[in-house]
Parts: sequence; structure tokens; C-alpha cells
Amino acid sequence: MNDLPLVLTVFVACAVEAIEALTIVLAAGLTRQWRSTFQGMAAALIVLAAIVGVLGPTVTLLPLTALRLVIGALLAIFGLQWLRKAILRAAGYKALHDEASAYLREVAAAQAAPVSSRRGISDWYAFTLAFKGVLLEGLEVVFIVITFGDNQRDLGAAVVGAAIAVVVVAATGIAVRAPLAKVPENALKFLVGIMLTSFGTFWGAEGAGVKWPGNDAALLVLVPVVAVISLGYAAWLRRAHRADTAAGPQAQVSQAEGVTG
Amino acid sequence: MMRALKSFGAFWYDFVIGDDWQVAALVVAALAVTALLVHAARVNAWWLLPIAAFAALAWSLRRATGGKS
Repeated sequence: MNDLPLVLTVFVACAVEAIEALTIVLAAGLTRQWRSTFQGMAAALIVLAAIVGVLGPTVTLLPLTALRLVIGALLAIFGLQWLRKAILRAAGYKALHDEASAYLREVAAAQAAPVSSRRGISDWYAFTLAFKGVLLEGLEVVFIVITFGDNQRDLGAAVVGAAIAVVVVAATGIAVRAPLAKVPENALKFLVGIMLTSFGTFWGAEGAGVKWPGNDAALLVLVPVVAVISLGYAAWLRRAHRADTAAGPQAQVSQAEGVTG
Repeated sequence: MMRALKSFGAFWYDFVIGDDWQVAALVVAALAVTALLVHAARVNAWWLLPIAAFAALAWSLRRATGGKS
């Protein structure tokens, strides 16, 4: 019973990290491909187990700040790319279903060159997203368990708290997977762009040495702010697109030529 | 050999940088300035990267739509 405060503390701290990892996994799986996402997740868990197995408690000496900086920068760049495309689609500057033709081109290319199947991973984007998210958050969970468990001299209770958090968050992820899959494609991509940009900005700045006001709670402000500004950009472009459409076909042609993504 | 290297480079460029290299460059530059401000000037510049990200997105959208918006 004396372990309860420690278990609860570790549970809450690890649940926050697990939710961050779940967000990335859902983003990759729902919008890209589940198979490669699960492969990325599995690879991250294997690497994580190997790191913990080899380093043991000295795992806390790993340069987590540098890892946050690199992963944060990549996620922010990925997220901004997604947002850019989703906003252009929402505003009418880009076809809503242009992935279909890209997909067909990729299928045709894959059939023409079946040997270049990139080591059994069909979607490296989904694989890498899931790998990075799960590895970084997994390392943070390990740090929390070791730090709290060591301080309280009760590693077992800390492991129990973390395990419950991971199981609860994973079960929640399985439960919300189906309803999320019904969300329209571009809306989902918009949402993913918002989440990747927010998490990338958060981790990247943290890696650069910033201390966010409110620590992890800053994400509760950052995500809505990114959402509101992105929706604002979409509304602004939609209005401009309508005005150009009303101005005549010549304006549309010159604008379509400007869209490169 | 050269073709394989080019293909490898093109894959990673497309994968990491994507459609607009200037967005990636701005994010990296903003992170570098943030790190400088934090470590050299002791300024907790948590606001810089979000501002740079929004500016990069607006700039990229403007160029993608032909700068007419």
C-alpha cells in the first residue's frame, strides 16, 4: 500500500509519454499504412529493449536532449509539409485525392522493379514516424521508471506504474482506431500535420535547451494554437481561391502553375 | 553505382526535406538561433520556434499559390 503514491506518480508521468507515442503511431497508421507503422513500432521496441539490456541503469546517461533536438526538428519539418498540403487541398489549390494517382504510379513502379522493395518495408515514412515516436517516448518512460524507482528505492513499483500506463494507453489507442478511420482523409491529414508540427516544435525547442512554460502542459496550449493558425491559413487561402475563380480561368491556370507540392 | 547513389540521395532528400526545402531550412535555422539564445544569451526563447514554424508555413503557402494570396 505504501507503494501506491509511487505507482500513481509513475503511471501519470508514463501515461503522458505513452499518449505522445500513441499520437504519432495513430498518425502514421491512419494516414499511411498500418503494416509499416507496426514494423516501425516493433523495431523501436527491439532497439529500446537492446539499449536497456546493454546499458541497464546507465541508460539515463544517454544524450536525450540531442535526441529530442534531432527528432523534434524532423517531426516539425514533416508536420509542416503535411499541413502545407492539407491547407492547399482544403483551400482548393490541390486535388483532394491526388494520392490516388501517386499511389497508382508507385504501384506501377514497384511492379516494374520488384527487387527494390526496400528491405521488406513498404512505407518508410510510416515506419520512421512510428520508430522515432516510440523510441523517444519509450526512452523517456525508461528514464522515468529508473529515476523515480531509484529515488524511492522501489524499482518494482515504478515498473508496475509504467506497465499499467502503457497498457491503458495502448487499449485506448485500439478503441479509438476504428472511429478515427471514419474521419475524412484530408481532415485526418490536417489533424496529423497539426500534431506532428506541435510535437516537433515542442521536442525540438526542448532539445535546443528551452524550458517550456508549464513543461509538458505547454502542449495543451501549443496544439490548439497550431490548429487555429492552420485553419486560419486555410480560410484565408480558400477566400483568395474563390476570388480568383470568380476572376476567371486565366487566374486559375497561373495559380495552378504555382502549386508545386 | 552512381545511379544507385543518386537514387539513395534523392530518396532521403524527398523523405526528409519534402516539397519545400526552404521550410526545412527555416526550421533548422530557428532551432540554431533558439539554441544560441538559450545557451549564449541565457534567454528562454520557447516562443521562437513556433513563430518561425508559422512564418515558414505562411511563406511556403504564399509561394505555392503563386504569391497572389
